[in-house]
Amino acid sequence: MGKRVGMEVAIAAAEAVALCNIDVAAVYPITPQSHIAEHMADIVHDGRIDAEFITVESEHSAISACAGASAAGARAYTATSSQGLMLMHEILPIVSAMRLPVCMANANRAVSGPLNIWNDHSDIMPQRDSGWICLFTENGQEVIDLSIMSFKIAEDPEVMLPCVVNIDGFQLTHMIEPFELPSQAEVAKFLPPRKPFAQLHPDNPISMGCFAMPDTYAETVKAKDVALRGAKKVVTRVFADWAKRFGRKYNVVETYKAKDADTLMLTMGSMGETASAAVDEMRKAGRKVGLVKLRLWRPFPVEEFKAAVAGCKTLIVMDRALSTGGAGGPVATDVKSVLYGEKKKPRVLNVIAGLGGRDLAVRDFENMFDLASKKKDETFEFYGVRE
Amino acid sequence: MAKKKTEQKAWPEKWHEVNPGCMVFAAGNAANTKTGSWKSQRPVWDNAKCIKCGICYIFCPEACIQDTQDGFYEANLDYCKGCGICAHECWPGAIVMREEEE
Ligand code: SF4
Ligand code: SF4
Repeated sequence: MGKRVGMEVAIAAAEAVALCNIDVAAVYPITPQSHIAEHMADIVHDGRIDAEFITVESEHSAISACAGASAAGARAYTATSSQGLMLMHEILPIVSAMRLPVCMANANRAVSGPLNIWNDHSDIMPQRDSGWICLFTENGQEVIDLSIMSFKIAEDPEVMLPCVVNIDGFQLTHMIEPFELPSQAEVAKFLPPRKPFAQLHPDNPISMGCFAMPDTYAETVKAKDVALRGAKKVVTRVFADWAKRFGRKYNVVETYKAKDADTLMLTMGSMGETASAAVDEMRKAGRKVGLVKLRLWRPFPVEEFKAAVAGCKTLIVMDRALSTGGAGGPVATDVKSVLYGEKKKPRVLNVIAGLGGRDLAVRDFENMFDLASKKKDETFEFYGVRE
Repeated sequence: MAKKKTEQKAWPEKWHEVNPGCMVFAAGNAANTKTGSWKSQRPVWDNAKCIKCGICYIFCPEACIQDTQDGFYEANLDYCKGCGICAHECWPGAIVMREEEE
């Protein structure tokens, strides 16, 4: 059985990864991810796991080292945040194109400038098209569970794609929470050693990440897209397996009091918890409100999402990032295009809130709800920006 | 699992024939792609001037210059793109670039 522990979520993320029998960790410390990097280094230094900790000189090197290690057959892990993730950007599509199941924690933080170390989703959004499986967590327990599951998902022979687990910076990473940490034996049973499809070895020379001319490149892009879309099935399967073993159930799209709701709010990441409390408050006041949460952001869970919002009249998307100069928040624009072809679809209203670590309390969700409800058109609105 | 080299197609036709990760299991098959067909000039060696320093061999960006039995150098014209770097770097002037048409 796992044991109940209380610790900082970032430390727990490292502890969870340590249970996964990783071979290589290449991590460059960056706020608010640093505690993951530091604790991972401690774990390796203390000899608690038999892994190599590579002290790299930048995030570009961190992800590159992971790519190389993974190509050689290792189970590789990294963690980053904000500018670090931006620096990794160049390598991210290479890792997915080479179908290397590298796993990463991203402590979500706003991107510069101005320099801001607090939470929002503007770091992960520019990476959303890089072919990685992209999961969001809401609390410490989910960080532990999804960090372990991410390896199983990524390494599945049907998937073989890298996976990023998003952990809201400070809001989550620096919280001390109680949770259940599975035992080493349980994780070993759940997560067998990696069996690479192919690996770099001098006895059997192969080439990875080669050159493709215009007459073949498009085929490789389609092959990768089909693989990523297909990963949803595996994510669901791994979630079900986890529920059976550990009793905690996850879904690619999660709902809260959504069944009979006229209006649904949509969130990703840690805002979901506060939004749930706001739903409770509004329900007490007799408003038929519910909540939808995207756990899986890439591949986008199209069918599950459509089913979750099928009954509602209005969908208010709370975005923690903005597509600058675009049609609104990245989640809302995605959601709108997914629903575009539907005959019966809700009105999609979009509120941009909580940027750069600005607090969102229960009251704020009620205010956002009122602000959005008053809107006539479907353009976006900033919440709480001083006029 | 990886297909055996013998079973492997030369080049995938359809998207689902692409190896995961676009991996190429037949090592060295880049040699099948001849990249010298579009050159407009070719390097020509005058071994009387050559001091066998190997500079041309080192500088060729196509790595298509090889040493011969007698220690001189020549380009494999299947892969030479006619950039002229070898001629530029050879300070005794043992290499000149000639028009392909000539
Ligand atoms: S650089 Fe010139 S001199 Fe040196 S080996 Fe080549 S051809 Fe000869
Ligand atoms: S012309 Fe360029 S490609 Fe050809 S042999 Fe000389 S250096 Fe190499």
